[in-house]
Amino acid sequence: MMRFAAAVLAVVLSVAGFADAQDKRASRVVLPAIKIEKGEACVAPTEEMRRDHMNRLLRQRDRTLRQGIRESRFSLKNCVDCHASRETGSVLGNDGFCSSCHAYAAVSMDCFECHTPLRQSRTASAPR
Amino acid sequence: MSPDRRQFLGWGAAAAVTAAGAALAPGLRLIELAQARSPEEAASALQRWGLLIDITKCTDCDVCVTACSKENGWTGHGRPETDPQWIRKVSLRDKRTGYAQTLPLMCQHCEHPPCVDVCPTGASFRRDDGIVLVDKHTCIGCRYCVMACPYGARSFVHEAVSGQKADVPRGKGTVESCTLCVHRVDRGETPACVEACNRDGGKAMAFGDLNDPSAEIHRRLRSEPSTQVRADLALNTGVRYQGL
Repeated sequence: MMRFAAAVLAVVLSVAGFADAQDKRASRVVLPAIKIEKGEACVAPTEEMRRDHMNRLLRQRDRTLRQGIRESRFSLKNCVDCHASRETGSVLGNDGFCSSCHAYAAVSMDCFECHTPLRQSRTASAPR
Repeated sequence: MSPDRRQFLGWGAAAAVTAAGAALAPGLRLIELAQARSPEEAASALQRWGLLIDITKCTDCDVCVTACSKENGWTGHGRPETDPQWIRKVSLRDKRTGYAQTLPLMCQHCEHPPCVDVCPTGASFRRDDGIVLVDKHTCIGCRYCVMACPYGARSFVHEAVSGQKADVPRGKGTVESCTLCVHRVDRGETPACVEACNRDGGKAMAFGDLNDPSAEIHRRLRSEPSTQVRADLALNTGVRYQGL
């Protein structure tokens, strides 16, 4: 009998401890909300975009501003048009595509100090 | 997908290039072609964008200023000392005769821009096609260029900005000025002030390529008198005036 009670106690404690750890983790760090609102695929494979989107944007920014090359593929406007939330029309905010991930990774992002985070056209074409 | 205007012009230009190439070696042409750029193509030094403003037709209205403000999303806060200003109407009066004139004044898109000379970070620059711009990614807000510009064309963004236009990013702590509506020019359109002046104003403004002999602005500059504001500085401005 004693052995059975000890086993039950051990199981209850371990389950409680596990749930507690899960709760703690969830409350301490909010996981990013990666909602893809539109389109089948991004302009490049996901792995590449995750690692390299900042470099793509940086390169595109200089080409557009300095040389007047306005390809839409890696333009910030193109990103926002697909990834802005359906509810708020923005890539910022709690569940915003850009801001939620950047909050999770603790990387500050200055783009939207100047650029608009809002989607411009509701009928924007699929990613190119 | 139906072809848009730019694509159509691109095909036309490609056909013309092929035709010219038949006469000469490939890529070697007697006269460089003026053509609308495709989005993948860089701005070229073959072009020099400019304005010709006929002051005799410039009336008391301010449609150019309101059109600029609407297109580029800059607005004042009722504080003239610190409000942004990309284009303004200047009134002139001859003290002796009382003859009064009014003209729009904005960045003159100089060939030798003083703002570019003084910029410590290289944020002020002149694009190959003659448009003088500020790279706000590298602008540190020192305002040397504001001091250096003889036309007072630049302004500093003193207050936080929201609701920017997608094509015209603007932010606090950077310097800005007339971009000659570079986003419209790259699409093959004319600047907002010129469009508004020709629609609702005195039809005083013309936009075009100063290097293109077939352009209306080139023909007028060649055959009619025109002046640069502060021509003594030898900046070779892209904005020219008539009747000043």
